[in-house]
Amino acid sequence: MSLPAEQVKTAIERAIPGVSLHVEGSLVWVAPGDLTRVCQFLKGAPELQLDYVADLTAIDYPSENRMDVVYHLYSMARKQGPVTLKVKLDRTNPTVASVTPIWRGAEYQEREAYDLYGVKFDGHPDLRRILMWEGFKGHPMRKDYVVEDQDAPEESVA
Amino acid sequence: MAEQLLNTQLLEVNIGPQHPSTHGVFRMQATLDGETVVRLKPVMGYLHRNHEQIGEGMSYIASFPFTDRLDYFCAMTNNLGLALAIEQLAGIEVPERAQYIRVILAELTRLVNHTAVTGFLLNDMGAFGTPLLYAFREREKILDLFEEVSGSRMMCNYVRPGGVREDLPQGWLSRVRGLVAGYPQFLDEFEQLLTANEIIRQRTQHVGVLSRELAVSASVTGPMLRATGVDYDIRKVDGYSIYPRFTFKTPLGTIGDVYDRYYVRILEMRESLKMLTQALKEVQETGLFISPKGAAMGKAPRTFRPPKGEAYGRIEAPKGELGFYLVSDGTPQPYRYHIRAPSFINLTVLEDMCLGHKVADVIIILGSVDIVMGEVDR
Repeated sequence: MSLPAEQVKTAIERAIPGVSLHVEGSLVWVAPGDLTRVCQFLKGAPELQLDYVADLTAIDYPSENRMDVVYHLYSMARKQGPVTLKVKLDRTNPTVASVTPIWRGAEYQEREAYDLYGVKFDGHPDLRRILMWEGFKGHPMRKDYVVEDQDAPEESVA
Repeated sequence: MAEQLLNTQLLEVNIGPQHPSTHGVFRMQATLDGETVVRLKPVMGYLHRNHEQIGEGMSYIASFPFTDRLDYFCAMTNNLGLALAIEQLAGIEVPERAQYIRVILAELTRLVNHTAVTGFLLNDMGAFGTPLLYAFREREKILDLFEEVSGSRMMCNYVRPGGVREDLPQGWLSRVRGLVAGYPQFLDEFEQLLTANEIIRQRTQHVGVLSRELAVSASVTGPMLRATGVDYDIRKVDGYSIYPRFTFKTPLGTIGDVYDRYYVRILEMRESLKMLTQALKEVQETGLFISPKGAAMGKAPRTFRPPKGEAYGRIEAPKGELGFYLVSDGTPQPYRYHIRAPSFINLTVLEDMCLGHKVADVIIILGSVDIVMGEVDR
Protein backbone atom coordinates (compact mmCIF):
# COMPACT_ATOMS: atom_id res chain seq x y z
CA MET A 1 0.00 0.00 0.00
CA SER A 2 1.58 3.25 -1.05
CA LEU A 3 1.31 6.52 0.81
CA PRO A 4 0.71 9.61 -1.36
CA ALA A 5 3.27 12.32 -0.67
CA GLU A 6 0.58 15.01 -0.38
CA GLN A 7 -1.19 13.07 2.36
CA VAL A 8 2.07 12.68 4.30
CA LYS A 9 2.81 16.37 3.89
CA THR A 10 -0.60 17.37 5.25
CA ALA A 11 -0.25 15.02 8.22
CA ILE A 12 3.19 16.39 9.11
CA GLU A 13 2.23 20.03 8.72
CA ARG A 14 -0.84 19.57 10.85
CA ALA A 15 1.10 17.87 13.64
CA ILE A 16 4.25 20.00 13.74
CA PRO A 17 3.62 23.71 13.45
CA GLY A 18 6.23 25.74 11.65
CA VAL A 19 7.55 22.94 9.46
CA SER A 20 7.37 23.68 5.78
CA LEU A 21 7.61 20.87 3.26
CA HIS A 22 7.70 20.80 -0.47
CA VAL A 23 6.25 17.93 -2.48
CA GLU A 24 7.72 17.01 -5.86
CA GLY A 25 6.13 13.96 -7.43
CA SER A 26 6.45 11.21 -4.84
CA LEU A 27 9.21 13.04 -2.95
CA VAL A 28 8.89 15.09 0.19
CA TRP A 29 11.58 17.73 0.61
CA VAL A 30 12.39 18.50 4.22
CA ALA A 31 14.51 21.39 5.50
CA PRO A 32 17.64 19.95 7.20
CA GLY A 33 16.77 21.66 10.49
CA ASP A 34 13.36 20.00 10.63
CA LEU A 35 14.53 16.47 9.84
CA THR A 36 14.67 15.10 13.40
CA ARG A 37 11.21 16.38 14.32
CA VAL A 38 9.69 15.15 11.07
CA CYS A 39 11.25 11.69 11.43
CA GLN A 40 10.17 11.35 15.05
CA PHE A 41 6.64 12.20 14.01
CA LEU A 42 6.65 9.79 11.06
CA LYS A 43 7.81 6.95 13.29
CA GLY A 44 5.37 7.69 16.10
CA ALA A 45 2.20 8.75 14.26
CA PRO A 46 -0.31 5.92 14.63
CA GLU A 47 -1.67 6.20 11.09
CA LEU A 48 1.83 6.17 9.53
CA GLN A 49 4.10 4.16 11.86
CA LEU A 50 7.10 4.35 9.55
CA ASP A 51 9.23 2.10 11.71
CA TYR A 52 11.64 0.91 9.05
CA VAL A 53 14.29 2.92 7.19
CA ALA A 54 14.83 0.72 4.16
CA ASP A 55 17.37 2.79 2.34
CA LEU A 56 19.46 5.84 3.09
CA THR A 57 21.97 7.36 0.73
CA ALA A 58 23.35 10.58 -0.68
CA ILE A 59 23.44 12.13 -4.15
CA ASP A 60 26.09 14.60 -5.25
CA TYR A 61 25.35 17.60 -7.50
CA PRO A 62 28.66 19.47 -7.81
CA SER A 63 27.38 21.87 -10.51
CA GLU A 64 24.71 23.16 -8.14
CA ASN A 65 27.01 22.91 -5.11
CA ARG A 66 24.52 20.74 -3.29
CA MET A 67 24.32 17.30 -1.80
CA ASP A 68 21.05 15.48 -1.16
CA VAL A 69 20.38 12.79 1.40
CA VAL A 70 17.53 10.43 0.54
CA TYR A 71 15.50 8.36 3.00
CA HIS A 72 13.14 5.57 1.92
CA LEU A 73 10.82 4.83 4.80
CA TYR A 74 8.38 1.97 5.12
CA SER A 75 6.11 0.69 7.83
CA MET A 76 6.46 -2.93 8.86
CA ALA A 77 3.63 -2.60 11.36
CA ARG A 78 1.10 -1.26 8.86
CA LYS A 79 2.73 -2.72 5.76
CA GLN A 80 2.74 0.56 3.89
CA GLY A 81 5.21 2.79 2.17
CA PRO A 82 7.41 4.08 0.83
CA VAL A 83 7.67 7.65 1.97
CA THR A 84 10.68 9.22 0.30
CA LEU A 85 12.27 12.11 2.14
CA LYS A 86 15.03 14.27 0.76
CA VAL A 87 17.12 16.94 2.40
CA LYS A 88 19.20 19.42 0.46
CA LEU A 89 22.62 20.20 1.95
CA ASP A 90 25.41 22.58 1.17
CA ARG A 91 28.12 20.62 -0.60
CA THR A 92 31.03 22.52 0.95
CA ASN A 93 30.09 21.28 4.41
CA PRO A 94 27.25 18.74 4.16
CA THR A 95 25.94 18.25 7.68
CA VAL A 96 22.60 16.90 8.79
CA ALA A 97 21.17 15.42 11.99
CA SER A 98 21.62 11.67 12.29
CA VAL A 99 18.47 9.53 12.33
CA THR A 100 20.27 6.62 14.01
CA PRO A 101 18.82 7.56 17.43
CA ILE A 102 15.37 7.15 15.84
CA TRP A 103 16.07 4.09 13.67
CA ARG A 104 19.04 1.86 14.51
CA GLY A 105 18.99 0.65 10.90
CA ALA A 106 20.46 3.94 9.73
CA GLU A 107 23.70 3.30 11.61
CA TYR A 108 25.66 1.53 8.88
CA GLN A 109 23.91 3.36 6.06
CA GLU A 110 24.91 6.74 7.48
CA ARG A 111 28.44 5.50 7.98
CA GLU A 112 28.48 4.48 4.34
CA ALA A 113 27.19 7.88 3.19
CA TYR A 114 29.81 9.54 5.38
CA ASP A 115 32.55 7.32 3.99
CA LEU A 116 31.69 7.60 0.31
CA TYR A 117 30.19 11.12 0.18
CA GLY A 118 31.54 12.93 3.22
CA VAL A 119 28.13 13.79 4.65
CA LYS A 120 28.48 14.42 8.40
CA PHE A 121 25.65 13.07 10.51
CA ASP A 122 25.38 15.00 13.79
CA GLY A 123 24.56 12.76 16.71
CA HIS A 124 25.67 9.51 15.09
CA PRO A 125 27.10 7.24 17.80
CA ASP A 126 30.08 5.97 15.82
CA LEU A 127 30.70 7.93 12.63
CA ARG A 128 33.75 6.24 11.09
CA ARG A 129 34.63 5.03 7.63
CA ILE A 130 33.07 1.65 6.93
CA LEU A 131 34.09 0.46 3.47
CA MET A 132 37.27 2.43 2.81
CA TRP A 133 40.17 2.00 5.18
CA GLU A 134 41.18 4.25 8.04
CA GLY A 135 43.40 7.04 6.78
CA PHE A 136 41.90 7.07 3.29
CA LYS A 137 41.72 10.58 1.85
CA GLY A 138 38.65 11.85 0.03
CA HIS A 139 35.19 10.49 -0.65
CA PRO A 140 35.19 8.22 -3.70
CA MET A 141 31.53 8.45 -4.69
CA ARG A 142 31.66 12.21 -5.18
CA LYS A 143 31.31 13.15 -8.81
CA ASP A 144 34.59 15.10 -8.84
CA TYR A 145 36.65 12.34 -7.24
CA VAL A 146 39.66 11.56 -9.39
CA VAL A 147 40.50 7.88 -9.55
CA GLU A 148 44.17 7.50 -8.88
CA ASP A 149 46.57 5.90 -11.31
CA GLN A 150 45.84 2.20 -11.13
CA ASP A 151 49.38 1.22 -12.00
CA ALA A 152 51.10 3.41 -9.43
CA PRO A 153 52.25 1.51 -6.34
CA GLU A 154 49.96 2.10 -3.39
CA GLU A 155 51.29 4.11 -0.47
CA SER A 156 51.38 2.11 2.71
CA VAL A 157 49.03 3.11 5.50
CA ALA A 158 51.06 3.87 8.57
CA MET B 1 37.79 -15.10 47.99
CA ALA B 2 39.81 -16.86 45.38
CA GLU B 3 38.26 -14.64 42.72
CA GLN B 4 39.73 -11.52 44.25
CA LEU B 5 43.21 -12.97 44.09
CA LEU B 6 42.93 -13.76 40.40
CA ASN B 7 44.19 -11.01 38.18
CA THR B 8 42.29 -11.04 34.90
CA GLN B 9 42.36 -8.76 31.93
CA LEU B 10 40.28 -8.35 28.81
CA LEU B 11 41.68 -9.89 25.66
CA GLU B 12 41.45 -8.36 22.19
CA VAL B 13 41.04 -10.94 19.45
CA ASN B 14 40.74 -10.37 15.74
CA ILE B 15 38.57 -13.04 14.16
CA GLY B 16 39.40 -12.84 10.47
CA PRO B 17 39.87 -11.34 7.91
CA GLN B 18 41.36 -14.62 6.69
CA HIS B 19 39.31 -17.20 8.49
CA PRO B 20 37.23 -20.05 7.06
CA SER B 21 34.23 -19.14 9.18
CA THR B 22 33.97 -15.48 8.30
CA HIS B 23 32.40 -16.32 4.91
CA GLY B 24 34.83 -14.24 2.91
CA VAL B 25 37.19 -11.50 3.92
CA PHE B 26 35.53 -10.15 7.01
CA ARG B 27 36.97 -9.23 10.40
CA MET B 28 35.43 -9.09 13.83
CA GLN B 29 37.33 -7.17 16.48
CA ALA B 30 36.26 -8.98 19.60
CA THR B 31 37.02 -8.12 23.20
CA LEU B 32 36.84 -11.16 25.40
CA ASP B 33 36.51 -11.66 29.11
CA GLY B 34 37.75 -15.22 29.31
CA GLU B 35 35.57 -16.94 26.72
CA THR B 36 32.77 -14.38 26.87
CA VAL B 37 32.35 -11.61 24.30
CA VAL B 38 32.03 -8.16 25.85
CA ARG B 39 32.48 -6.08 22.71
CA LEU B 40 32.49 -6.93 19.02
CA LYS B 41 33.01 -4.57 16.13
CA PRO B 42 32.71 -5.79 12.54
CA VAL B 43 35.32 -4.48 10.13
CA MET B 44 34.50 -4.71 6.43
CA GLY B 45 35.44 -3.26 3.10
CA TYR B 46 38.16 -5.71 2.08
CA LEU B 47 36.20 -6.56 -1.05
CA HIS B 48 35.05 -3.01 -1.76
CA ARG B 49 35.33 -2.11 -5.44
CA ASN B 50 32.97 0.86 -5.57
CA HIS B 51 30.45 -1.01 -7.63
CA GLU B 52 28.11 1.99 -7.47
CA GLN B 53 30.62 4.30 -9.08
CA ILE B 54 31.35 1.76 -11.80
CA GLY B 55 27.59 1.55 -12.42
CA GLU B 56 27.32 5.33 -12.73
CA GLY B 57 29.89 5.30 -15.51
CA MET B 58 28.18 2.86 -17.87
CA SER B 59 24.83 2.18 -19.48
CA TYR B 60 22.03 0.73 -17.37
CA ILE B 61 22.19 -2.69 -18.93
CA ALA B 62 25.97 -2.97 -18.58
CA SER B 63 25.59 -3.19 -14.80
CA PHE B 64 23.88 -6.57 -14.99
CA PRO B 65 27.06 -8.71 -15.03
CA PHE B 66 28.32 -6.68 -12.05
CA THR B 67 25.19 -7.41 -10.05
CA ASP B 68 25.95 -11.13 -10.42
CA ARG B 69 29.00 -10.51 -8.29
CA LEU B 70 27.15 -8.83 -5.43
CA ASP B 71 25.67 -11.85 -3.76
CA TYR B 72 27.30 -14.50 -5.88
CA PHE B 73 24.99 -17.21 -4.59
CA CYS B 74 21.94 -15.43 -5.89
CA ALA B 75 22.80 -13.91 -9.27
CA MET B 76 19.28 -14.38 -10.62
CA THR B 77 17.60 -12.38 -7.85
CA ASN B 78 20.24 -9.64 -8.08
CA ASN B 79 19.50 -9.31 -11.80
CA LEU B 80 15.80 -9.28 -11.05
CA GLY B 81 16.14 -6.45 -8.54
CA LEU B 82 17.95 -4.20 -10.98
CA ALA B 83 15.57 -5.13 -13.80
CA LEU B 84 12.57 -4.16 -11.64
CA ALA B 85 14.11 -0.78 -10.80
CA ILE B 86 14.83 -0.05 -14.47
CA GLU B 87 11.33 -1.16 -15.47
CA GLN B 88 9.87 1.16 -12.85
CA LEU B 89 12.04 4.02 -14.07
CA ALA B 90 11.31 3.62 -17.77
CA GLY B 91 7.85 2.04 -17.65
CA ILE B 92 8.71 -1.23 -19.37
CA GLU B 93 6.11 -3.98 -19.45
CA VAL B 94 6.97 -7.63 -18.87
CA PRO B 95 5.21 -10.40 -20.81
CA GLU B 96 3.29 -12.99 -18.84
CA ARG B 97 5.56 -15.89 -19.69
CA ALA B 98 8.68 -13.94 -18.71
CA GLN B 99 7.11 -13.21 -15.33
CA TYR B 100 6.66 -16.93 -14.75
CA ILE B 101 10.22 -17.65 -15.82
CA ARG B 102 11.45 -15.02 -13.38
CA VAL B 103 9.46 -16.43 -10.49
CA ILE B 104 10.78 -19.91 -11.25
CA LEU B 105 14.35 -18.62 -11.32
CA ALA B 106 13.91 -16.52 -8.18
CA GLU B 107 12.50 -19.39 -6.18
CA LEU B 108 15.18 -21.77 -7.43
CA THR B 109 17.70 -19.18 -6.26
CA ARG B 110 16.08 -19.18 -2.84
CA LEU B 111 16.51 -22.96 -2.72
CA VAL B 112 20.18 -22.61 -3.71
CA ASN B 113 20.83 -19.96 -1.08
CA HIS B 114 18.99 -21.53 1.83
CA THR B 115 20.42 -24.97 1.10
CA ALA B 116 23.97 -23.65 0.95
CA VAL B 117 23.67 -21.44 4.03
CA THR B 118 22.31 -24.30 6.07
CA GLY B 119 25.24 -26.43 4.98
CA PHE B 120 27.68 -23.68 5.91
CA LEU B 121 26.00 -23.16 9.27
CA LEU B 122 26.55 -26.81 10.09
CA ASN B 123 30.14 -26.48 9.00
CA ASP B 124 30.55 -23.54 11.37
CA MET B 125 29.09 -25.66 14.14
CA GLY B 126 31.83 -28.20 13.71
CA ALA B 127 30.03 -30.78 11.58
CA PHE B 128 32.77 -30.57 9.00
CA GLY B 129 32.04 -31.54 5.46
CA THR B 130 29.16 -33.97 5.54
CA PRO B 131 26.12 -31.68 5.80
CA LEU B 132 27.79 -29.13 3.55
CA LEU B 133 28.38 -31.71 0.86
CA TYR B 134 24.82 -32.99 1.11
CA ALA B 135 23.71 -29.39 0.59
CA PHE B 136 26.14 -28.75 -2.23
CA ARG B 137 25.11 -31.92 -4.04
CA GLU B 138 21.55 -30.56 -4.29
CA ARG B 139 22.68 -27.02 -5.01
CA GLU B 140 24.75 -28.26 -7.93
CA LYS B 141 21.64 -29.77 -9.56
CA ILE B 142 20.01 -26.34 -9.58
CA LEU B 143 23.19 -24.67 -10.80
CA ASP B 144 23.18 -27.10 -13.73
CA LEU B 145 19.73 -25.79 -14.62
CA PHE B 146 20.99 -22.21 -14.37
CA GLU B 147 23.90 -23.08 -16.60
CA GLU B 148 21.52 -24.47 -19.20
CA VAL B 149 19.53 -21.24 -19.44
CA SER B 150 22.30 -18.70 -19.01
CA GLY B 151 25.56 -20.38 -19.86
CA SER B 152 27.03 -19.92 -16.40
CA ARG B 153 26.48 -21.69 -13.10
CA MET B 154 26.75 -18.71 -10.83
CA MET B 155 27.35 -15.54 -12.86
CA CYS B 156 24.06 -15.90 -14.71
CA ASN B 157 23.48 -12.38 -16.09
CA TYR B 158 20.15 -13.62 -17.39
CA VAL B 159 17.24 -11.44 -16.26
CA ARG B 160 16.80 -8.26 -18.32
CA PRO B 161 14.48 -5.26 -18.14
CA GLY B 162 11.33 -6.42 -19.87
CA GLY B 163 11.94 -10.14 -19.48
CA VAL B 164 14.89 -12.48 -19.69
CA ARG B 165 17.86 -12.57 -22.05
CA GLU B 166 17.15 -15.70 -24.04
CA ASP B 167 14.44 -18.26 -24.43
CA LEU B 168 14.47 -21.40 -22.33
CA PRO B 169 16.23 -24.40 -23.88
CA GLN B 170 14.21 -27.36 -25.09
CA GLY B 171 12.88 -29.52 -22.29
CA TRP B 172 14.21 -27.24 -19.53
CA LEU B 173 10.86 -26.86 -17.80
CA SER B 174 10.41 -30.60 -17.56
CA ARG B 175 13.87 -30.93 -16.03
CA VAL B 176 12.88 -28.31 -13.44
CA ARG B 177 9.72 -30.32 -12.76
CA GLY B 178 11.89 -33.35 -12.11
CA LEU B 179 14.08 -31.42 -9.69
CA VAL B 180 11.13 -29.91 -7.84
CA ALA B 181 9.56 -33.34 -7.49
CA GLY B 182 12.71 -34.75 -5.94
CA TYR B 183 13.62 -31.86 -3.66
CA PRO B 184 11.21 -32.55 -0.77
CA GLN B 185 12.86 -35.93 -0.35
CA PHE B 186 16.23 -34.24 0.13
CA LEU B 187 14.73 -31.77 2.60
CA ASP B 188 13.18 -34.61 4.58
CA GLU B 189 16.50 -36.39 4.67
CA PHE B 190 18.30 -33.20 5.66
CA GLU B 191 15.78 -32.39 8.36
CA GLN B 192 15.87 -35.92 9.73
CA LEU B 193 19.55 -35.40 10.41
CA LEU B 194 19.31 -31.85 11.72
CA THR B 195 16.00 -30.49 12.95
CA ALA B 196 15.55 -32.68 16.03
CA ASN B 197 19.26 -33.28 16.48
CA GLU B 198 20.15 -32.82 20.15
CA ILE B 199 23.61 -31.39 19.46
CA ILE B 200 22.25 -28.81 17.04
CA ARG B 201 19.53 -27.80 19.48
CA GLN B 202 22.05 -27.42 22.28
CA ARG B 203 24.29 -25.27 20.14
CA THR B 204 21.64 -23.07 18.52
CA GLN B 205 18.63 -22.65 20.77
CA HIS B 206 18.67 -19.42 22.79
CA VAL B 207 21.92 -18.44 21.10
CA GLY B 208 22.12 -15.09 19.32
CA VAL B 209 18.61 -14.04 20.26
CA LEU B 210 17.36 -10.98 18.41
CA SER B 211 14.32 -9.20 19.79
CA ARG B 212 11.45 -8.23 17.55
CA GLU B 213 11.74 -4.54 18.44
CA LEU B 214 15.45 -4.36 17.71
CA ALA B 215 15.05 -6.28 14.45
CA VAL B 216 12.46 -3.83 13.13
CA SER B 217 14.26 -0.73 14.31
CA ALA B 218 17.60 -1.94 12.90
CA SER B 219 16.13 -2.55 9.42
CA VAL B 220 16.82 -6.29 9.60
CA THR B 221 15.05 -8.10 6.77
CA GLY B 222 14.61 -11.54 5.28
CA PRO B 223 14.63 -14.82 7.19
CA MET B 224 16.45 -13.10 10.05
CA LEU B 225 13.53 -10.74 10.58
CA ARG B 226 10.90 -13.42 10.17
CA ALA B 227 12.70 -15.65 12.69
CA THR B 228 11.85 -13.02 15.30
CA GLY B 229 8.17 -13.38 14.45
CA VAL B 230 7.63 -10.25 12.35
CA ASP B 231 5.42 -11.08 9.38
CA TYR B 232 7.05 -9.03 6.62
CA ASP B 233 7.72 -10.56 3.25
CA ILE B 234 8.11 -8.14 0.32
CA ARG B 235 6.69 -10.72 -2.06
CA LYS B 236 3.43 -10.34 -0.13
CA VAL B 237 3.68 -6.68 0.93
CA ASP B 238 4.59 -5.19 -2.45
CA GLY B 239 3.24 -8.01 -4.58
CA TYR B 240 5.79 -7.31 -7.28
CA SER B 241 6.02 -9.42 -10.46
CA ILE B 242 3.17 -11.98 -10.33
CA TYR B 243 3.62 -13.08 -6.72
CA PRO B 244 0.02 -12.15 -5.73
CA ARG B 245 -1.12 -15.07 -7.90
CA PHE B 246 0.69 -17.57 -5.72
CA THR B 247 -0.55 -19.08 -2.52
CA PHE B 248 2.21 -19.43 0.03
CA LYS B 249 2.65 -19.01 3.73
CA THR B 250 5.21 -16.85 5.48
CA PRO B 251 7.03 -19.07 7.97
CA LEU B 252 7.71 -17.24 11.24
CA GLY B 253 9.96 -17.97 14.17
CA THR B 254 9.18 -17.25 17.79
CA ILE B 255 12.22 -15.98 19.68
CA GLY B 256 14.67 -15.13 16.92
CA ASP B 257 17.58 -17.36 17.90
CA VAL B 258 19.93 -19.21 15.57
CA TYR B 259 17.68 -22.26 15.57
CA ASP B 260 14.67 -20.20 14.47
CA ARG B 261 16.68 -18.74 11.62
CA TYR B 262 17.71 -22.22 10.53
CA TYR B 263 14.17 -23.54 10.72
CA VAL B 264 12.57 -20.54 9.00
CA ARG B 265 14.91 -21.13 6.07
CA ILE B 266 13.94 -24.82 5.88
CA LEU B 267 10.26 -23.90 5.89
CA GLU B 268 10.78 -21.17 3.30
CA MET B 269 12.30 -23.75 0.99
CA ARG B 270 9.16 -25.85 1.33
CA GLU B 271 7.03 -22.80 0.47
CA SER B 272 9.27 -22.07 -2.51
CA LEU B 273 8.71 -25.61 -3.73
CA LYS B 274 4.96 -25.02 -3.54
CA MET B 275 5.33 -21.85 -5.59
CA LEU B 276 7.54 -23.64 -8.10
CA THR B 277 4.98 -26.42 -8.50
CA GLN B 278 2.26 -23.89 -9.17
CA ALA B 279 4.40 -21.83 -11.54
CA LEU B 280 5.48 -24.89 -13.50
CA LYS B 281 1.83 -25.87 -13.89
CA GLU B 282 0.80 -22.45 -15.21
CA VAL B 283 3.79 -21.41 -17.34
CA GLN B 284 3.40 -21.67 -21.10
CA GLU B 285 5.92 -23.77 -22.99
CA THR B 286 6.31 -21.17 -25.74
CA GLY B 287 5.70 -17.47 -26.02
CA LEU B 288 7.36 -14.11 -25.52
CA PHE B 289 10.29 -14.17 -23.12
CA ILE B 290 11.05 -10.45 -23.40
CA SER B 291 8.95 -7.45 -24.34
CA PRO B 292 9.85 -5.68 -27.64
CA LYS B 293 10.96 -2.58 -25.70
CA GLY B 294 13.24 -4.64 -23.50
CA ALA B 295 14.69 -6.49 -26.47
CA ALA B 296 15.40 -3.21 -28.28
CA MET B 297 17.16 -1.92 -25.20
CA GLY B 298 19.34 -5.01 -25.06
CA LYS B 299 20.38 -4.56 -28.70
CA ALA B 300 21.35 -0.89 -28.37
CA PRO B 301 22.08 -0.16 -24.71
CA ARG B 302 23.67 3.23 -25.37
CA THR B 303 20.51 4.58 -26.92
CA PHE B 304 18.39 3.72 -23.91
CA ARG B 305 17.65 6.99 -22.10
CA PRO B 306 15.05 6.69 -19.38
CA PRO B 307 13.10 9.86 -18.59
CA LYS B 308 14.37 12.12 -15.81
CA GLY B 309 13.28 10.83 -12.46
CA GLU B 310 14.10 8.23 -9.88
CA ALA B 311 13.01 4.77 -8.84
CA TYR B 312 13.53 2.51 -5.87
CA GLY B 313 12.95 -1.12 -6.83
CA ARG B 314 13.09 -3.74 -4.15
CA ILE B 315 12.61 -7.49 -3.98
CA GLU B 316 12.58 -10.17 -1.36
CA ALA B 317 15.99 -11.65 -2.09
CA PRO B 318 16.91 -14.83 -0.21
CA LYS B 319 18.91 -12.77 2.30
CA GLY B 320 16.39 -9.96 2.77
CA GLU B 321 15.37 -6.76 1.09
CA LEU B 322 17.52 -6.09 -1.93
CA GLY B 323 16.88 -2.59 -3.22
CA PHE B 324 18.16 -0.68 -6.22
CA TYR B 325 17.87 3.08 -6.16
CA LEU B 326 18.29 4.73 -9.56
CA VAL B 327 18.30 8.42 -10.41
CA SER B 328 18.13 9.28 -14.08
CA ASP B 329 19.09 12.61 -15.57
CA GLY B 330 17.98 11.57 -19.06
CA THR B 331 21.40 10.37 -20.22
CA PRO B 332 22.31 6.74 -21.01
CA GLN B 333 24.10 6.37 -17.66
CA PRO B 334 22.36 6.49 -14.29
CA TYR B 335 23.17 9.68 -12.39
CA ARG B 336 22.93 7.76 -9.14
CA TYR B 337 23.01 4.01 -8.76
CA HIS B 338 22.72 2.72 -5.23
CA ILE B 339 22.30 -0.75 -3.83
CA ARG B 340 20.62 -1.53 -0.57
CA ALA B 341 22.35 -4.77 0.31
CA PRO B 342 20.47 -6.98 2.78
CA SER B 343 23.43 -8.72 4.39
CA PHE B 344 25.28 -5.41 4.89
CA ILE B 345 22.41 -3.95 6.89
CA ASN B 346 21.66 -7.20 8.70
CA LEU B 347 25.17 -6.98 10.16
CA THR B 348 24.12 -3.86 12.13
CA VAL B 349 22.84 -6.10 14.92
CA LEU B 350 25.75 -8.56 14.95
CA GLU B 351 27.27 -7.12 18.11
CA ASP B 352 23.93 -7.03 19.91
CA MET B 353 23.41 -10.71 19.18
CA CYS B 354 26.91 -11.77 20.22
CA LEU B 355 27.31 -9.95 23.55
CA GLY B 356 27.47 -12.33 26.49
CA HIS B 357 27.98 -15.40 24.33
CA LYS B 358 31.10 -17.52 23.96
CA VAL B 359 33.56 -17.15 21.09
CA ALA B 360 32.41 -20.40 19.50
CA ASP B 361 28.85 -19.04 19.40
CA VAL B 362 29.98 -15.91 17.55
CA ILE B 363 30.89 -18.08 14.58
CA ILE B 364 27.46 -19.69 14.54
CA ILE B 365 25.67 -16.38 14.97
CA LEU B 366 27.58 -14.91 12.06
CA GLY B 367 26.79 -18.01 10.01
CA SER B 368 23.10 -17.61 10.78
CA VAL B 369 23.07 -14.00 9.57
CA ASP B 370 23.94 -15.35 6.12
CA ILE B 371 26.34 -12.82 4.68
CA VAL B 372 28.15 -12.74 1.36
CA MET B 373 31.01 -10.27 1.28
CA GLY B 374 30.52 -9.43 -2.39
CA GLU B 375 27.28 -7.82 -1.34
CA VAL B 376 28.38 -6.38 2.01
CA ASP B 377 31.38 -4.58 0.56
CA ARG B 378 30.10 -3.88 -2.97
